Amino acid sequence: MEKQSVFQSRLLPYLLLVPQLAVVLIFFYWPAFQAVWQSFLLQDAFGLSTTFVAFENYAELLSQPEYLNAILRTFAFSAAIAGSSLSAALLLAVMADKPLRGGAIYRTLLIWPYAVAPAVAGVLWLFMLHPALGVFSRGLRAMGIDWNPLLNGNQAVALIVLAAAWKQISYNFLFFLAGLQAIPKSVMEAAAIDGARPMRRFWTVTFPLLMPTVFFLIVINIVYAFFDTFGIIDAMTGGGPAKATETLVYKVYLDGLLGSNLGSSAAQSVILMFIVIGLTAIQFRYVERKVTY
Amino acid sequence: MTRHRIGFGLLASALVALASPAHAVTEIQWWHALTGANNDVVVKLAEEFNAAQSDYKVVPSYKGSYPDTMNAGIAAFRANNAPHILQVFEVGTATMMAATGAVKPVYKLMQETGEKFDPNAYLPAITGYYSTAKGDMLSFPFNSSSMVMWINKDALKKADIAEIPKTWPEVFAAAKKLHAAGFASCGFSTAWVTWANLEQLSSWHNLPLATKANGLDGFDTELKFNGPVQIKHLETLIELQKDKTYDYSGRTNNAEGRFTSGECPIFLTSSGFFGNVRANAKFDWTNAPMPYYPDVTGAPQNSIIGGASLWVMGGKKPDEYKGVAKFLAFLSETDRQVAIHKASGYLPITKAAYAKAKELGFYKDAPYLETPLLELTNKEPTENSRGLRLGNMVQLRDVWSEEIESALAGKKTAKEALDTAVQRGNQMLRQFERTAAR
Repeated sequence: MEKQSVFQSRLLPYLLLVPQLAVVLIFFYWPAFQAVWQSFLLQDAFGLSTTFVAFENYAELLSQPEYLNAILRTFAFSAAIAGSSLSAALLLAVMADKPLRGGAIYRTLLIWPYAVAPAVAGVLWLFMLHPALGVFSRGLRAMGIDWNPLLNGNQAVALIVLAAAWKQISYNFLFFLAGLQAIPKSVMEAAAIDGARPMRRFWTVTFPLLMPTVFFLIVINIVYAFFDTFGIIDAMTGGGPAKATETLVYKVYLDGLLGSNLGSSAAQSVILMFIVIGLTAIQFRYVERKVTY
Repeated sequence: MTRHRIGFGLLASALVALASPAHAVTEIQWWHALTGANNDVVVKLAEEFNAAQSDYKVVPSYKGSYPDTMNAGIAAFRANNAPHILQVFEVGTATMMAATGAVKPVYKLMQETGEKFDPNAYLPAITGYYSTAKGDMLSFPFNSSSMVMWINKDALKKADIAEIPKTWPEVFAAAKKLHAAGFASCGFSTAWVTWANLEQLSSWHNLPLATKANGLDGFDTELKFNGPVQIKHLETLIELQKDKTYDYSGRTNNAEGRFTSGECPIFLTSSGFFGNVRANAKFDWTNAPMPYYPDVTGAPQNSIIGGASLWVMGGKKPDEYKGVAKFLAFLSETDRQVAIHKASGYLPITKAAYAKAKELGFYKDAPYLETPLLELTNKEPTENSRGLRLGNMVQLRDVWSEEIESALAGKKTAKEALDTAVQRGNQMLRQFERTAAR
């Protein structure tokens, strides 16, 4: 039987679409257009003097080695955050997928961190690892590690990756668990009867069948690492030390809001938008081919 | 519609028209960034003013941190509903000043409304920061502080240091002793890394931070803080950072707790830290003027202020301006200034209030309250120590901090770091000049 709705009037389908379209126009296209327009202007903070400078903001940005560094840094950050968060979540999901006593409790506990707001997560980790206030910092120092993320860029990066990945584990865990539970038991049993060991069963049967979930999560995690880490960075390091944790999205905030340099900030958000659109397009074009649904 | 109805409507509107001028209270919006005990001071001031007269009502509202409050004011101005009074921290001064039309200079406001206003009644060390080169007051100093050196006296005893150090070499020597006496993670430290080690250091030694009187005389200013004294100072800090005789405490004041917890026995930060120290330090403490290098001629000069001032926003009605002017005059009253000084630890802004505080014997019991005033009035301000007025100062400070962080982490020499900080800062100043000059 074919699934098809038949509308009597010509107008009705459009009418039904109007609310959705209005939301998208008002909340997405209009601000996006504003950002594009703003990126062609040079304007003071109060909007008192405005000059149209065409692509000058873009040219200036791309001539700054600092900006190119920020792009590379952001890519490295997303790779580290997505990679560590996905692998940890997969490990936990495989563990929780086994028939355990009290499995429901484990699962609930693992989902909890998702409810923590990014800034709060940042502050939590900061309290543990702040060089002056942190509980763990004392332990690290006692072990002879010179722990000072206020000055040591690599340590600050590790701190942000840790907090950001930790927060995303729950989300990934949920999807992996759902994916694992959707794998037919019969396939696994057949593999077991053929004498495949658990590791081998996982890599040859489970993982390929999980690929659609993995792919979906890679896209989500990269977008997360690009945008949603803002609160964590702001609460923990403020982009420091010496720009070590200044990602693209944080730079947009610093230049636009703190620096009142709206033109440059808007140009950066436009570039950021294109980077993410590009990334997603590449993933769907090339990575998705490897996925069998 | 009958004639009867129309008549009734006319009568009603006439009644309303008659009733409204009889007693309309004009609201004055005041956006600020003060929290805790200082927020109580703000609320109390508004209540006192509202109780003292019946034509105007000042409504204070807290808008978040200093940068948040400033951004809220700017955004509100762009949407045509700016508050009447906006509290802006000292580093936002250049941005506000450049916004001709968005703000109403205080001296003009006082002229136009005819309120009592004597520019000479104020302490020049404080108002100079917020005035034009001709001495016209642009914004009203509300909460001013300066940088002082907080001292843990018990720690000095423990390390057998008899005298509170006065010069930088003495501070370094004391910090080494303290470090050896068990303060292994921090001999001394500074909050607000650029304010302490570039801005105040330059002014205190009568060295230019930037040309054109540090930007007070024009937006075409160029940074100059990569001189021998600043380089030598940073070189020493890099050296002492290696074994934590000096230990970096970040770009803002969020590590001030290292002093009150007893971790850092010598700590340079704002005099506004007083309330916190009084509440939380479990040891014998005091503060002292900032240290100086005795081999620099003319040092110590005078310090520059921190804190914030009140800006009057543009485009409001004459009647509202009258209320704002009355409120500023009310804030300037001597007794009120003394009360604010006592409650918050911020500085009195008029000469009369300072004299009265002395007369009342304030500083006999609490000499630490006078330290910032003594620093500010140490000598007649010069081109290098009147204040700072650099555009995009918030971001400039971030850039300078980044470079200092690189140097302290051992990635750059002191000279490389300061040269780069000057060069990157100058680029930002030129960008600001482009938007502000028109």
